[in-house]
Amino acid sequence: MFGFPLLPEQASAIASKVDALMLFEVGVSAFFLTMIPLAILGFCIRYRRGNRVDRSNPPTHSQSMEIIWIVGPMALSLVMYVWATRLFFEQYERVPGASRIDVVGKQWMWYVQHPEGRSETNELHVPVGRPVRLNMTSQDVIHSFYLPEFRIKQDVLPGRYTELPFTPNKVGEFNLFCAEYCGTNHSIMIGKIVVMEPEDYEAWLAEKGAGPSQADEGEKLFVQHHCAGCHRGSQTVHAPRLEGVYNKPVPIQAGDEIRFEVADEAYIRDSILLPKEKVVAGYEPIMPSYKDQISEQDLLKIIAYIKSLANREISQ
Amino acid sequence: MSMPSTITPPDSGRQDLLHHFDDLEQQHLSSSLGMWFFLASEVMFFSGLIASYMLYRFWSPEAFHLASAHMDKWVGLANTGVLLTSSLTMALAVRCTQVGDRKGIVRNLLLTALFAVAFLGVKAYEYRVEINHNLFPGPNFIVPGSPRDPHASPGHAEAGASDHGEGGHGGGASDYERLRQASMVDGQVDEQEFSRNQGHFQLMFVFYFFITGIHAFHMIIGVVLILLFAVLAQMRWFSGYGQTQIEMLGLYWHFVDLVWVFVYPLLYLVE
Amino acid sequence: MNASASARLDGPPEDYLTAGSTVKSWLLTSDHKRIGVLYLISVTAFFIVGGILAGLMRLELMTPKGDLFASADTYNRMFTMHGVVMIFFFLVPAIPAALGNFLLPLMIGARDLAFPKINLLSWYIYIIGAAMGLYLLAQGGVDTGWTFYTPFSSMYSNTRVVTAALAVFITGFSSILTGLNFLVTVHTMRAPGMTWFRMPLFVWSNYATALVMVLGTPVLAISVVLVGLERFFGFGIFDPKLGGDPILFQHLFWFYSHPAVYIMVLPGFAVISEIIPCFARRPIFGYSFIAFSSVAIAVFGFLVWGHHMFVSGQSMYAGAVFSILSFLVAIPSAIKVFNWTATLYKGSIRFDTPMLYALGFIGLFLVGGLTGLMVASLALDVHVHDTYFIVAHFHYIMVGGTVTAYMGGLHFWWPKISGRMYPELWGKLSALLVFVGFNLTFFPQFILGYLGMPRRYFEYRPEYQVLNVMSTAGATILAVGMLMPMVYFLLSLRGPKNAGPNPWGATGLEWQIESPPTTHNFHAPVVVTCDPYLYSPEEAEREYVHAQHDHAS
Repeated sequence: MFGFPLLPEQASAIASKVDALMLFEVGVSAFFLTMIPLAILGFCIRYRRGNRVDRSNPPTHSQSMEIIWIVGPMALSLVMYVWATRLFFEQYERVPGASRIDVVGKQWMWYVQHPEGRSETNELHVPVGRPVRLNMTSQDVIHSFYLPEFRIKQDVLPGRYTELPFTPNKVGEFNLFCAEYCGTNHSIMIGKIVVMEPEDYEAWLAEKGAGPSQADEGEKLFVQHHCAGCHRGSQTVHAPRLEGVYNKPVPIQAGDEIRFEVADEAYIRDSILLPKEKVVAGYEPIMPSYKDQISEQDLLKIIAYIKSLANREISQ
Repeated sequence: MSMPSTITPPDSGRQDLLHHFDDLEQQHLSSSLGMWFFLASEVMFFSGLIASYMLYRFWSPEAFHLASAHMDKWVGLANTGVLLTSSLTMALAVRCTQVGDRKGIVRNLLLTALFAVAFLGVKAYEYRVEINHNLFPGPNFIVPGSPRDPHASPGHAEAGASDHGEGGHGGGASDYERLRQASMVDGQVDEQEFSRNQGHFQLMFVFYFFITGIHAFHMIIGVVLILLFAVLAQMRWFSGYGQTQIEMLGLYWHFVDLVWVFVYPLLYLVE
Repeated sequence: MNASASARLDGPPEDYLTAGSTVKSWLLTSDHKRIGVLYLISVTAFFIVGGILAGLMRLELMTPKGDLFASADTYNRMFTMHGVVMIFFFLVPAIPAALGNFLLPLMIGARDLAFPKINLLSWYIYIIGAAMGLYLLAQGGVDTGWTFYTPFSSMYSNTRVVTAALAVFITGFSSILTGLNFLVTVHTMRAPGMTWFRMPLFVWSNYATALVMVLGTPVLAISVVLVGLERFFGFGIFDPKLGGDPILFQHLFWFYSHPAVYIMVLPGFAVISEIIPCFARRPIFGYSFIAFSSVAIAVFGFLVWGHHMFVSGQSMYAGAVFSILSFLVAIPSAIKVFNWTATLYKGSIRFDTPMLYALGFIGLFLVGGLTGLMVASLALDVHVHDTYFIVAHFHYIMVGGTVTAYMGGLHFWWPKISGRMYPELWGKLSALLVFVGFNLTFFPQFILGYLGMPRRYFEYRPEYQVLNVMSTAGATILAVGMLMPMVYFLLSLRGPKNAGPNPWGATGLEWQIESPPTTHNFHAPVVVTCDPYLYSPEEAEREYVHAQHDHAS
């Protein structure tokens, strides 16, 4: 009627159980949300001023009533607690034989590495019906790996690993969100999880190498975004060459002084997005910012290309 | 503007009653209750810090153990003595307000301030030694014995605060090497673990400087108040002998003392 | 000084508003009533600032794409500032520091709080913190979220986190001092005969609030100071590369910030417990249970901070313990709701504006509390944590609960504070608009959250748009409902002091003196000889019939 569902799809083994608990608690809530307002409404009508009813000796306390409405809700809470806690442990239970997939979160993308060698960004392909265990860490701040259709979520922390086990049981594409606020582009740190038939999944895994590598695609983008115009030895624009730059210290003009910074991925990324921040000594700050101009995936490809230049000498 | 303007006869010992109180007893009770609640608040402040410290210490005993060997426990002990003595003189000052000995109040307050300054001086000396050894956390922090350490001369154990009296330290290895050893996994140095261990080594000093710094800050406030109160008592500015005010100052001072009594063993003595 | 001195000699005593009208007489006052009014003005200003930010955010969220603001960064700064301003500069001081300051001494028959100058000092500290907050806002704000989670806040954010931390730190001191003052006042300043169990429940609730303020705020101070130090020196306390633990910050932060939720909502209970018996014209049901439940909430509130961290990577067993404790802390709130409901039984109920707000409060708080059970349930929280479900849940508590109660309290005590009545019809209309607008704004967010829309999203999936548009529409109504009282309260100040000492026929001590009260509150020493809330519904009926009769003839 409104064009939106009330529950998200149930795409994992646990989802229906979580929804069942939710329905139970909604039911309990609905009961209290009906009874108490009804009582209030009833009293308000019956005992409104001017209505001739018996008002003699209004009670001011009642031990038994208090006990009822302490013990009653407490018993209900305990039911909810036991149910929810058992389900919680089931959510995070390690299923033996689950295939382990590594996930790295960083501002603002998800990087997924399959054990078979294939990697992907902002997408996660998994086979239907087989238990999966994500082994996750973050390169920078806290993120949170959230699959609403699977009813699961786990924070992804820097400096340690967290796990997220699940078993998909429906083929299709579902949402993947970052749920823990992680900075400027938190809201586009999203992707999708693609649940496939096992044979399709095997085929997908085998595709590796068929398409162009990240770096090759990066090179194309490098030309497309006019990076090559300046950074490949232009006659008119004085810009640093990028061959052999990756993972080497770069001199940076900081006021009157020069400091060195290793040109790691974060540095390259910053140099593309915020070129004015760290200018290589001896060059003018003339590069335009590519902030919001290049998608995260493309940025990674360009970085991959620059990394691939690490061992190349400048061709004269 | 802020104090009652009624003039009390000199040395009558009777305190003024602020307009919104019914009697002196209520006024005195309010003040001391207020001070106690304030101290409860302070306890929460320090306990948050101390709890964090203990957690980290629990997680990384080796690094914290090495780092705390740099604390000079004898200097710390001497300082504890100085501070406890200042508590005694403070208690005497409070006693003097009750018996109406104005000279005694001023004398004991000044003595308290003197001890407090002595404590702070020793503390400053300790800080100086540590800062000279590049043990102040931040960009200039250097783990003793690391390649960046200017004090370390290769070949023999570094001089300075580290290792003295620690018989358990085998072969005079520097902290750097011991942390390296502690980060061994299967005979290989796990670089991540190693950097984490160095971080924990630094963390000990973060907590050391922060906790003792906050404590010293409380003391400095205390010294300023003590001197101010001594002057005011001399000037007969307080109504009565300043029983209430000086008693509150005394409570505060004993609290600062008590914090140190907890902090000293935690930072200096725990092995 | 001179004016008030001569007034005391000449005619009848002046009220606290007119006793000295210079700016200086206000800024250097130690009168708890004037300080209450100062707080009232300042928190209202911040409520408006926070409300404007909220409105802009809701406008932005009308469409799935970020098209109203230039960048996600602007939006991030906005929701952070909305949270910081609303929580630290409005909700925490709103009821205790504005209404509490004004009423607490009156209700226990005291001439002032125990430490009037410290009370004034706390306002100045608040203003310093608040000025830093405004400076921060002018400088573009921070983008960390009001929770300042590390390591984002300590290492990655490019905004003025240190200024924000300092502002929060300073404001914290103000609430510690207010809390201290309340605690001591309740202990030592009660009038003869005002035993603990004759105190109005407003006082009990504010006492519990003060306890949390004094014991919780220092831990918040520590955690924000640590964030500041970390940013300044790069110590590595929360930086995993240096062996620090980012989760430790969450523990420290929530150790304060969860009890802070009770700092915000307990005073709401306080107000409701006053309004309901007055308009039901009967003694409150279960006085001692309501009183002790406030204290129980304050104590239990310190034990449940970990329920904000079920999916943060803390131990699952810790999660299980925090979950059961969170269920338990819901019980005292339930006790209150049941007792308020029972108070209506055999009453003689009038539906003036404060009562409408109070009834609205019960409904909204009920939704907030029941959804609180859902988020305390581990398995459900895994799904709804950090989604709009949480946003909806805490707005039901903070806005549906605290702000509604605050508005109810303002309407209830406005005659006492200003000596004037407001137009009753407009009051009722505003109560209705707030209730309807609020539900329309936040109920859809429960569904959004369960559907999986994460909070703090600048852009969202198109399928969430319908509900977001509903929410924005509701926000418009809510805004109108909130703005109306500001207008008619201000307009009422131009009229004569027509309220009379006791327009509601209430029993509290504050109603036994003139409106507005004189600087010294009571003319003669107060002696309390009876319990609070000695209303009689039958008496009320007789008066009503009498009045009808007079009217007819």
